[in-house]
Amino acid sequence: MALTKEQTAAKMEELVAFIEANKNVDGPLMPIMQKAQESFGYLSLEVMTLIADALDIPVSKVYGVATFYAQFSLTPKGDYIIQVCTGTACYVKGAQKVLDRVYEELGIGSGETTPDGKFTIQDTRCLGCCGLAPVMTVNEDVYGRINAAQVPGILDKYRAL
Amino acid sequence: MKTIAELSALREAMQPKMAVRRGLALIEKDGYRRHVLICAGTGCTSSKSLKIAENLENALKAQGLENDVQIVKTGCFGLCAVGPIMIVYPEGTFYSSVQPEDVDEIVETHLKNGKIVDRLVYTDEHTVRAPGESVALADTTFYKNQHRVALRNCGFIDAENINEYIAMDGYKALGTVLTTMTPDDVIKVILDSGLRGRGGGGFPTGMKWSFAKKSVSEKKYVVCNADEGDPGAFMDRSILEGDPHAVIEAMAIAGFAIGADEGYVYVRAEYPIAVRRLKLAIEQAREAGVLGKDIFGTGFNFDIQVRLGAGAFVCGEETALLTSIEGNRGEPKPRPPFPAVKGLFDKPTIINNVETYANIAQIINNGAEWFASMGKDKAKGTKVFALSGRIQHTGLVEVPMGTPLRDIVYGVGGGVPNGKAFKAAQMGGPSGGCIPASLIDTNIDYDSLAAIGAMIGSGGLVVMDEDNCMVDIAKFFLEFTVDESCGKCTPCRVGIRKMLDILTRITDGKGEEGDIEKLEELAYMVKTNSLCGLGQTAPNPVLSTIRYFRDEYEAHIREKRCPAGACKNLMSYVIELDKCIGCGLCAKQCPVNAITRLDPADYPDRKLAPFTIDASKCIKCGACVASCRKLAIIKK
Repeated sequence: MALTKEQTAAKMEELVAFIEANKNVDGPLMPIMQKAQESFGYLSLEVMTLIADALDIPVSKVYGVATFYAQFSLTPKGDYIIQVCTGTACYVKGAQKVLDRVYEELGIGSGETTPDGKFTIQDTRCLGCCGLAPVMTVNEDVYGRINAAQVPGILDKYRAL
Repeated sequence: MKTIAELSALREAMQPKMAVRRGLALIEKDGYRRHVLICAGTGCTSSKSLKIAENLENALKAQGLENDVQIVKTGCFGLCAVGPIMIVYPEGTFYSSVQPEDVDEIVETHLKNGKIVDRLVYTDEHTVRAPGESVALADTTFYKNQHRVALRNCGFIDAENINEYIAMDGYKALGTVLTTMTPDDVIKVILDSGLRGRGGGGFPTGMKWSFAKKSVSEKKYVVCNADEGDPGAFMDRSILEGDPHAVIEAMAIAGFAIGADEGYVYVRAEYPIAVRRLKLAIEQAREAGVLGKDIFGTGFNFDIQVRLGAGAFVCGEETALLTSIEGNRGEPKPRPPFPAVKGLFDKPTIINNVETYANIAQIINNGAEWFASMGKDKAKGTKVFALSGRIQHTGLVEVPMGTPLRDIVYGVGGGVPNGKAFKAAQMGGPSGGCIPASLIDTNIDYDSLAAIGAMIGSGGLVVMDEDNCMVDIAKFFLEFTVDESCGKCTPCRVGIRKMLDILTRITDGKGEEGDIEKLEELAYMVKTNSLCGLGQTAPNPVLSTIRYFRDEYEAHIREKRCPAGACKNLMSYVIELDKCIGCGLCAKQCPVNAITRLDPADYPDRKLAPFTIDASKCIKCGACVASCRKLAIIKK
């Protein structure tokens, strides 16, 4: 979801306001980074520098936190984030086959984005709906009790959008 | 609410409303005649339960029943396998697998004309039901053998309405504690109850609190660990979604006991519904005056902040969690000093798990003896398990500590589906071990499990059947811990990776004589030398599968064979020619065109020549097996 210049500027302003409001709480770094990740979909060097300067800490510290947690991304993500749960319950019910099929269909691996910027495959642990195993999600949409053969059909729905 | 009297008055005022849900007819003159409970937990929401609620709301309006029937969106009922779930009170009719299209019929037949929609009524293989009658929730096999304490409000109250929590004696314990007890009294009750941490460690909760109380400091913290990360575990999420106030009340009680005025809940960002309900509950509690300044006019102050995890499993370890709240890479620290002495922001801190907190208010209300009367020996009370894998009734169950595994798997869980044999149960996630079929009568409590090399852990209970390969399962957990190891200490960072290399070699059919011994040696080294719980327990799944399924490891290594037929590189799919009718469905499903028709000239007596699989092309996805109606494709 590429942002226009105006959108980016507005989001930057929003982030600056958020930092201002939160920089004096105890342990402010993670909530601020989470806000930035949510707004931009990833943390650019520019954003990380802005956060570091505002909190008066080295950028290396922000970078260190960004690379530690799976939720933070340093590169932009695709329009549709695909997650195939590989928690224990899904795994024993064949999630790996579903995931392999997604890799194959999209020609990318985990953590990668398709060249057209449409899909990103994201590593994921237990989504907690083990009753629906195996589970795959595309953004907010949840597909439960699926098998590998259903993958192309599901992806086609988003390809058409 | 300024006083305990106001709280009591509100509780009393709510009783007529709740009476409908206790199976009683309407007492209030102008109240709702019926309550329709719809599960709005993560499981049922994923299968469109919110759409059902929306359809129901519209249908009720269309029929002019909106003042007659109340829609209540609850937390998880536990029986996720047959979701979405709907219960109609006062009859207590339990509908399962309800679809949005079913709503009109439910409204017309049941809510308007008072007749049960027979085809949607839940029933299980052991429950006898006469047509036109329903089976009460409490009488189904799944619920009958449970004992719900921590989950008592889940699936019964509207989690987004503080008044419903108050109706169920909510915040009464906090009132009792603040007005009639000293901090030492509170700690004594918790100690006497025998409650032990439900997050995995099993440390006595009262003792933890007493350490923190003894630490002298002008500032202390109460932390709730809701960073539930074990794959296959969703107890804490369900409690936060279904009964968030139970956690808030308990944290305030803990704050009073140790002398803290501030609390943090560290919850996984991957649990959006839990996060939203928790935040809403905190706001409602502040508005109601049960959080904030001068609670119940006693001068006691307590408030709670929510912090989101960012996807790091190691943050479930207490020191790593505290480091993460402080805004750092979530790396663990050596203990001592323990958090009770030097924790969050270097201040004395207690950190308990969600389920532990969910027991606190009830222990205060019902007494330590009540709690201690449940369970066995040194394990008191009940435990919530997330039952999943190859089991009939997937879902959330709560049973007394010390219940035999058999009762959970075959009683509550309904056994293994598709006529397969129970092979093992994996407990405690990546830190735990497995319990083989031969030990299915083991009592599930801390000490009995420790004796056989497993652990309760946080409560994930994944059932495996004969098709699951134990070497592959051990490898699965090690892949997880290798991924999630923070890298700070060498034994964990390098040791478990080396173990994974060996396991990968074994499952690829390249195992060597002596590999099992090497795994055991590495496991010992990693367990004894790692800095935190993640590394110290990471080898457990490997050790426990070697202990009980050594023959499977040996079959992989010596015979290059996977007895369960699960390891891809050690098996192949074959079409049985005499069963194949040549329909070609499998060939259509095959993603890599590995399936082709044999030469018809060789099969002159057949209408359609059979198909065959080219092993060099096959990626072993199994799509063909699923498509074959004649069951002609087998694993070899």
